[in-house]
Amino acid sequence: MMRIAAAAILLSGAAPLAAQDHQSHGARQSNGAAQPSTTDEKSTPDQGSMDHRSMDHRQNAEQKPAETHGVMKHGQMNHDAAPAPSAPPPARAFDGPRHAADAIWGERAMAGSRTQLARENGGMTTGVLMVERLEARIVSGEGAMLWDIQGWYGGDLNRVFIKSEGEGELGVSVEDAEIQLLYSRAIGPFFDLQTGAKLDLEPETRSHLVLGVQGLAPYMWHVDAALFLSDRGDLTARGEGEYDQKITQQLILQPRAELELAAQDIPERDLGAGLTKLETGLRLRYEITREFAPYIGVGYETSLGETADIARAQGRGTDGLAFLAGIRAWF
Amino acid sequence: MSQVFKPATPLLSRRGLITSTAALAAASALPCPVWAKGGSIREARKGFGTYSGEDINLSIGNAHFATGGRSGHAVAVDGMIPGPLIRLREGQDLRLHVTNNLDEYSSIHWHGLLLPFQFDGVPGVSFPGIKPGETFTYEFPIRQAGTYWWHSHSGLQEQMGHYGPIVIEAKDGSDSAYDRDYVVLLSEFTPMHPHEIMRKLKVGEHYFNRSMMTASEGDLSGEQRRMWGKMRMNPRDIADVTASTYTYLINGHGPADNLEYLFQPGEKVRLRIINGSAMTFFNMRIPGVPMTVIQADGQDVADVMVDELQIGVAETYDVVVTPPAGSHAIVAESMDRSGMGVASLTSHPGRRASPPPLREVPTLTMADMGMGMDMGSMDHSGMDHGSLNHSMRDKRLVPPDVKGGPGVDMISPMPVDRMDYPGLGLDNVPHRVLRYTDLKSKKMNPHRMPEREMEIHLTGNMERYMWSFDGKKFTSVSEDPIRFGYDERVRVKLVNDTMMAHPIHLHGHFFELVNGGEHNMHQPRKHTVIVQPGSSATFDLTADEPGDWAFHCHLLYHMHAGMMQVVTVRPFPGDA
Repeated sequence: MMRIAAAAILLSGAAPLAAQDHQSHGARQSNGAAQPSTTDEKSTPDQGSMDHRSMDHRQNAEQKPAETHGVMKHGQMNHDAAPAPSAPPPARAFDGPRHAADAIWGERAMAGSRTQLARENGGMTTGVLMVERLEARIVSGEGAMLWDIQGWYGGDLNRVFIKSEGEGELGVSVEDAEIQLLYSRAIGPFFDLQTGAKLDLEPETRSHLVLGVQGLAPYMWHVDAALFLSDRGDLTARGEGEYDQKITQQLILQPRAELELAAQDIPERDLGAGLTKLETGLRLRYEITREFAPYIGVGYETSLGETADIARAQGRGTDGLAFLAGIRAWF
Repeated sequence: MSQVFKPATPLLSRRGLITSTAALAAASALPCPVWAKGGSIREARKGFGTYSGEDINLSIGNAHFATGGRSGHAVAVDGMIPGPLIRLREGQDLRLHVTNNLDEYSSIHWHGLLLPFQFDGVPGVSFPGIKPGETFTYEFPIRQAGTYWWHSHSGLQEQMGHYGPIVIEAKDGSDSAYDRDYVVLLSEFTPMHPHEIMRKLKVGEHYFNRSMMTASEGDLSGEQRRMWGKMRMNPRDIADVTASTYTYLINGHGPADNLEYLFQPGEKVRLRIINGSAMTFFNMRIPGVPMTVIQADGQDVADVMVDELQIGVAETYDVVVTPPAGSHAIVAESMDRSGMGVASLTSHPGRRASPPPLREVPTLTMADMGMGMDMGSMDHSGMDHGSLNHSMRDKRLVPPDVKGGPGVDMISPMPVDRMDYPGLGLDNVPHRVLRYTDLKSKKMNPHRMPEREMEIHLTGNMERYMWSFDGKKFTSVSEDPIRFGYDERVRVKLVNDTMMAHPIHLHGHFFELVNGGEHNMHQPRKHTVIVQPGSSATFDLTADEPGDWAFHCHLLYHMHAGMMQVVTVRPFPGDA
C-alpha cells in the first residue's frame, strides 16, 4: 500500500512538470507525450479488461462528432476572436480503466462505495403521509365528518400513492369511504400520471381501475383528476383543485373545488349521466408549524344535472351549506 | 461563553502534534480551540488546537452541540465543531491519519488542495471511504499556499459539524505581513437531522421559507404576481433552508455565544473567511470597516477594497482590515436575510459590538429567470406573457444532450454572463461590493487558448426538489463522466437554467474565471464558482491533474439530490 501511495505521489509530482512543458510550447500535443512515464504494474491489476474498455470508448469517441454537431452554435463565446470548437473530448480522455480509483484500491473495494455514492447523490427514496382534510362539519344542523388523506413513498419519478377519502355522520356511521392504491410516474416537471385500483367500502363494496393525473397547474393550483372504471363497467370521473393564498406566512386561505361526472346512469348510486356533483370550499388555516395547521371554513355542495333531478324526485335536497373545522397535518 | 461541547470520544494521542492540552485546559474548561474562540493563529501556533506537522491524527465521532436555544446531535472531529485548524507549510509532506468512530462510513475531502486523486476523499470516486472503526491514511505533499478547508464527503455529515479550516503558509513568507491572522469560518447549526431536512425539501411546500410572497408582503404588482404564478415559480425562492432551523455560526459560535476577535488600533488584521456552510450564501461586512480582498479561494488576487462581499458556499476570501479603535460587528447575513452570524472585532475585550438589523428580503427578478434583463427594465418592458409561457422551457435553446423531462422545470431563455453581478440583494446597496469582475490574479497565468469549448447546463425542479447537470441526475450518468484529455485546455460555460444561485466546485483543480477582457492573463484562479440564477459563468480549465474527480453543486442538498458528476482526466498515470 505504501509503495502505491509513494508512486502516486511521485506521479502527481511529475504531472505539473509535464504540464509546464506543454504550456511553454503552447501546442496541442497528442496522446502519450504528456504522460508521466513511471508505471507501477501492481497499481493496475486489471490491465486486460482495461484495454477492452478503452477500445470501446474510442469507438464512441469517433461516433460522437456527428451527434454533438448541433451543440456548436451554443458553445461559442465572444471573448476571443477565434473561438475554439465545441468538440467531443480527445481520444486520450477515454484511456485507462473506467474508474480511476479501481486501479488504486481495486474494483471490489470500490464497488460498494460507488453504489452508496449513487444512493447519496440522486438515488434517495422518501415519503410522506399527508392529512389534507380531517374535519367536523355542520350541515343543516346535523353533525358530519370528513377525511381526505394521501401518502406516498418512492423516488423522484416513481412513487406509490395511497389515498383515502370518506365522510359520514359524526359519531354515527360512515356513509362514503374509499381507498386507492396507485403507481405514480412523473410525466413532466409538474405532473404525475397515476394508475391503480380504488376500492369503495361504503355505501357498498365496489372496486375500480383508476387512471389519473396529479400535479401543479399554472397559477399554482394543485389539481388531482382521475377516471374510475368500476367492476360493473361504470365509468366515472372526479377532478379537484385547490390553491393556497398566503395572507401572512402562517395564515393561509385555501379555495377548493371538486367536480364529479358519470358517463352513464348508475341507479344504485342515484347518479345520472353527466355532471353529478360540485363541491366547493373555502378554508382558512393557521400553520402552527408547516406540519400542523388547524382550520375553519365553509363548504357548499350541490348535485347537478340528472343527478339533481333524481334527488328532487326522491324528495331529497340537492344542495347544502356546511360550516367546518378541522386539521391539516403531515408526517 | 455558552459554548457547550461533549465530545463522545476521548481525544486520541497525537504523534507530531504540537497541541498543548494543558494550555488548552487553562484557556478554557471546554475543548474548544483558541483560534475558534477568536484566538490569533499566531498565538495558536504555540499550540492551541491547531494541528501542524507531517503526521496529523484526526478522529471523527458523534457529539452534542448547543448554541443559543438550540441543541442537538452533531458529528465532530476530535470533539470540536468546527474541527481543528490544520496549519501547514507549502512544500511540506503530510500524512493524515483519520479514524472513523461513527457507526457509518465517513471521509474527509481536502477542499481546494492539489493532490493525487485517490487522496481527494470522495467515497465512490477517489477511494472506498473510511469504514466504521477504521483508520485511513491520506498522504500527499503540499504544493500550494492559502486558505482552504476540509469536510466530510459522506452522506450529509458535513451539515452536522464535520468540517474545519486549512491554512497553508507560503514558502516565501509573503503572507506574514499582518499583525493578526484570524480564521472566520462560516457555517450553520441545526437541531434537525439532515435526512429530515432533505425529506422536508422533497415533500415541498417551501418548508423552511418564511419570507414567501403573501397578500400583505412583497412589492410585486398583481400582474407580476400572476406571471410568477403562471410559471409555477416563487419570486422569493432564495434559500432552500433558512434561519427557521439554522443558527448561523462563526467558528462554531452562534450570535448568542459572543465570539470576539481582538486587535490593537492600527494593526493590520487578516481575516480568512471560509464559507463552510451546507446551504447558505453569506453577505459579509464589517460596518464602518472597509475590507481589502487579497485572496480568493486561496489564490492571491490584486488588492480590491470593498465594504461588503457575498461569499458562496465553499468559497473562501481573505481580507485585510485596519479597524479603528472600538467594537465592530463582523456580520455574516444569510442571502435570504433570515438570520446572521455575528462576531465582534474589538479593541476592547468584553465589549460586544451591536450588529445592524437584518435588511429587507430581496425578490428575484427577470434576470434571475434567464430573461437577460434587470429589475429596472422589467417594470417597463411590457412583457408578452403569451410568449413567455412558451419560452420558459424551450428545449431548442439547449444542446441535444441536455435532457428535459420531469427534472427540468425551466430553461433560461436568454442567459447572460453576470460576472459583474455582486449577488442577490447587493446590486442596490449604497456601498462598494465585490464582483467577480474585480478579481484579478496577482500572478500572471500562462497564456493558452482553449482547445475546445463545452457547455454544461445547471438544471432543476424546485417543486420536486430535483437538481442535476444537463437534466441528468448523478444516478443516470455515473458511468458517463465528463472527460478531459490530460493537459487539455478547455473553456467550460456553465448555464444556469434555474432560479437559484449554484456554487459549482471542481475537485483537484483550479480553473480560471473568464471575467472580462480579451487574452486576459490575470483571470482569477478558483475552485468554486457561483453561477447566478438564469445566467451563465465561464471558466478556462487546464486539466492537468489526472484521475477521477467530483464535480458538483456545493449546496449540500442539491448535491444529495443528484447535482453531481465525475470529471475524469486521462490518461490515468497507471495506464501509460
